[in-house]
Amino acid sequence: MLNKVVIIGSGPAGLTAAIYCARANLNPIVFEGNQPGGQLTITTDVENYPGFPDGIMGPALMDLFRNQAIRFGANCHFKEVTKVDFGKRPFKIWVGNELFESESVIVSTGASARLLGLKSEFELMGNGVSACATCDGFFFKDKHVIVIGGGDSAMEEAIFLTKFASKVTVVHRRNELRASKIMQDRAENNKKIEFAWNVLIDKIYGTKESGVSGVRMKNVLSGKTHDFDCQGVFLAIGHKPNTSIFTGQLDTDEKDYIITDGSSKTSIEGVFASGDVQDRIYRQAVTAAGSGCMAAIDAERFLESQH
Amino acid sequence: MEKNVLEFTDGEFDSDVLSSETPVLVDFWAEWCGPCRMIGPIVEEIANEYSGRIKVGKMNVDHNPEVPPKYGIRSIPSLLVFKDGAVSDQIVGAVPKNNITNILDRILTD
Repeated sequence: MLNKVVIIGSGPAGLTAAIYCARANLNPIVFEGNQPGGQLTITTDVENYPGFPDGIMGPALMDLFRNQAIRFGANCHFKEVTKVDFGKRPFKIWVGNELFESESVIVSTGASARLLGLKSEFELMGNGVSACATCDGFFFKDKHVIVIGGGDSAMEEAIFLTKFASKVTVVHRRNELRASKIMQDRAENNKKIEFAWNVLIDKIYGTKESGVSGVRMKNVLSGKTHDFDCQGVFLAIGHKPNTSIFTGQLDTDEKDYIITDGSSKTSIEGVFASGDVQDRIYRQAVTAAGSGCMAAIDAERFLESQH
Repeated sequence: MEKNVLEFTDGEFDSDVLSSETPVLVDFWAEWCGPCRMIGPIVEEIANEYSGRIKVGKMNVDHNPEVPPKYGIRSIPSLLVFKDGAVSDQIVGAVPKNNITNILDRILTD
C-alpha cells in the first residue's frame, strides 16, 4: 500500500506533524522509534511549555500529544525504522524486513544523549553509568553520584538526583555554567550539590557486577589527574541528532543536523524534517512542535502539487 | 494485568523464577519510569505469544527491595532472562520487540 505520509519519530515534532497531517486527511503513519514520546519522556516537570501554568510531567505531556494525534486518525506504531531509500519516489522505509512506501516523509527522529566516548563508559552503561537520572536515580539511594555537564539538563538531573543520592557532584569542564539563571540558582542553593570546575572525566572505574566505584578527573588547566570516589555517573553533556539512517541520502551539516534552510524542506523534494534533528539552535519542546506543524503543512502542499 | 504476565516478588522469587523448568523473562520496572511504560505492552505481547514455552513476569523495584540489587539492577527497564536458575541474558532500556524475541528464540532452540 502506498502511504501519503510517513512520520519517523514521536516527540513533540513528530506528533504535532501527525496531528496536522491527520486533520488534513493524509492518514499519517507514525513510527515511534525506540523511545515513544521522545526525550520528554525521560524528564520530570516541564515548566516552560505554554498552556500549562502549573507545569506538567514530560511523559504526561507526550501522552496528551499522542492522544490528540490518534483522535484524528494518526496510526502510531511502536516500531523503529531501520533503513530508508529516498533515492526515488515512492520513498521506501523499512522496519526490519517490513517495507513501507510513501509519497512523502517527515523526519522527526530527534536527538540522543551525547556520550563521552570512553571505553569504560560503554562497558558500564546501565551498570552505574546513565544518561537518564529520572530512570535510574532510584538505584542510587544514599550514594555519591556525579553529573557531568553544565547546562539546564545537567542542573535538572543534579537536582532530581538529590532526592535519592547522599551527595551530587556536578562536574563541568569550564568555570561557569551554561544553564539558565533560574536552574543555576536552584542547583547552587541545594545543600547536597557541589561543583567541580574545569574538570573532565577521562576514565570510569568499576565492573559490570559491582557497578561504578569512581572516576579519574583531569583538570583542563593544569592537565593533572586525580581519582575521585563515586558510585554513579550521570551524563548531561548535550545531544546529537539521530541521523545515522539517513547518511548519504539527506544533506547534513558538520554536526550531522539535517539542513532545512528556514522551512522544513530537506535536500530531497518530498522529504521534510522537523524538531531537534534539524535544530542546532533552539531545541525546545515548543520549537519542535512548531517545526512539526511546518513540516506537516509543507508535506500537504507538496502532495497537492503532485496531483 | 494480562493473565499471562505474572507478578514476581522477593518472597516467591526462588520458587517462581529460579526453580522454574521453563526459561523466565523478568521485567524490572516501576510506576515512575517512563520508558518502562513503553516496554510494558511489548512484554505482555511476548507473554501471550510465548505462553507455555517461556514464563514472563514483572517485578516492581519499589515493592521488592531484595532481588533487584542482588542482580545488579541499576537501570530500568531491565529485562533479565533466567534459565535453569541463572541469568542467561540481560537487556537494559526500552528496545524494540525483535531484540527481545531474538534472544528468547535463541534460548528456546539451545
